[in-house]
Amino acid sequence: MSITVKIPTQLRAATGGESTVEVTGATVGEALDAVFDAHADLRQRITQDGDLRRFVNVYVSGEDIRFQQGLDTAINEGDEVTILPAVAGG
Amino acid sequence: MSIESLKCKECGTAYELGAYYVCENCFGPLEVAYDFSGFDPVEAKRRIQAGSQGIWRYADFLPFEGRPNDPLEPGLTPLVRADRLAERLGLEAEIWIKNDAANPTHSFKDRVVAVAVAKAQELGFKTVACASTGNLANAVAAHAAAAGLDSYVFVPANLEEQKLLATGVYGTNLVGVRGNYDDVNRLCIQLAESRPWAFVNVNLRPYYAEGSKTLAYETVEQLGWELPDRVVCPIASGSLFTKVGRGFQEWLDLGLVTGSQPVFNGAQAEGCSPVATAFAEGWDVCKPQKPDTIAKSLAIGDPADGPYAIEHARKTGGGVDSVTDAEIREGIKLLAETTGIFTETAGGVTVGVLRKLAERGEIAGGERVVVYITGEGLKTLDATRDTFQMHEIDPDLESFEVEFRQEVAA
Repeated sequence: MSITVKIPTQLRAATGGESTVEVTGATVGEALDAVFDAHADLRQRITQDGDLRRFVNVYVSGEDIRFQQGLDTAINEGDEVTILPAVAGG
Repeated sequence: MSIESLKCKECGTAYELGAYYVCENCFGPLEVAYDFSGFDPVEAKRRIQAGSQGIWRYADFLPFEGRPNDPLEPGLTPLVRADRLAERLGLEAEIWIKNDAANPTHSFKDRVVAVAVAKAQELGFKTVACASTGNLANAVAAHAAAAGLDSYVFVPANLEEQKLLATGVYGTNLVGVRGNYDDVNRLCIQLAESRPWAFVNVNLRPYYAEGSKTLAYETVEQLGWELPDRVVCPIASGSLFTKVGRGFQEWLDLGLVTGSQPVFNGAQAEGCSPVATAFAEGWDVCKPQKPDTIAKSLAIGDPADGPYAIEHARKTGGGVDSVTDAEIREGIKLLAETTGIFTETAGGVTVGVLRKLAERGEIAGGERVVVYITGEGLKTLDATRDTFQMHEIDPDLESFEVEFRQEVAA
């Protein structure tokens, strides 16, 4: 299953400047693991002890995975996984 | 004093001073770090007191080398003693209302935007933008107009009409997004990657957030260079709450005031209470929520500074409470009837939590409590609709006498 993972500007130094990474996987966790396999430096930047760091937000086709099953959230062919920093203050 | 760098709040990595807001190593938020070596409290106090009648009197504690030119300077809003409110709540304590509706666009957001817009100009931006729940939209549109910058303001499309009107009037590009604040925010983070704009609460966030410290400085100065014992402060993203704490801490560390951090009580609406919930559950992080409350200016379901707000409430022996929409309406009325101050729904939340603390007996006699009222009642008129009745009469004496017979007889 082909999934596009979008990499935010702040992490592109770890992907050789690439803004998207194409991977396969059935869950968000599997897709991210595949991204880390290709760009090892990313793993410690956005995860800690196997979980996402607390200021990392991940969306599957626009929906925050914390409203779903977190890293176990299922993904389907054509889904877009977006990694973004947590910022707010309206 | 000089500004040193931007520093990651999580891992401490330092970055040069620019439009950056996220640590590349751990994704933590960046914060301005100052070099206060050689600081002289007596001289600093003199400079403050000889300064302007607004936030720039505190320029030595803001991220600028000098005092920026600001045609719409906010700050030095009234701090008023609210004895009638204390009495209604059965408190022997000193209650003070910091009325931050008395700013140029009628909310505390003028403080943060004044700092962000000045920084945007310094960094050479021609366009400013923001993701907003309303008050920030008003402030960005107005300060951009005053500075002669273009602006784009993104809000949830279903915002209160008053806040939309009070934004569009300044000639901004007002964009209503079909979604909630968290959707608007996510869109703006993505836009910030490709547009050469200063998003005040995204890529300029480290500077923007510093503006909230001035609420702490003013409180100390207006209390005669003393700290309050307790503060009650609303929480949306948690930025205001933590920065007021940082403001007090800086002045304690620098010897401008003595004592200790006040007890911090945070206030949220029950319909959007990720921070209150996390505090009650003993969590260190917030679980995001889908907001459903009349307090739209506090309707941030995914509060980025939530973890720091929880930490600060715990550290100071305070807490974070939430109130229902009905309690928010009662809070607005209670403040208006006892102080003559008409606040928006966020203020209703704050007063509602003050009342809860009073009812639980948490506020001791003789305590000095400062309540932060962050916005103006005229912006959320719907919240007061149907809470009272008008007497409608014909323009003659008899009509008046008939209508008020009961009262006149008594």
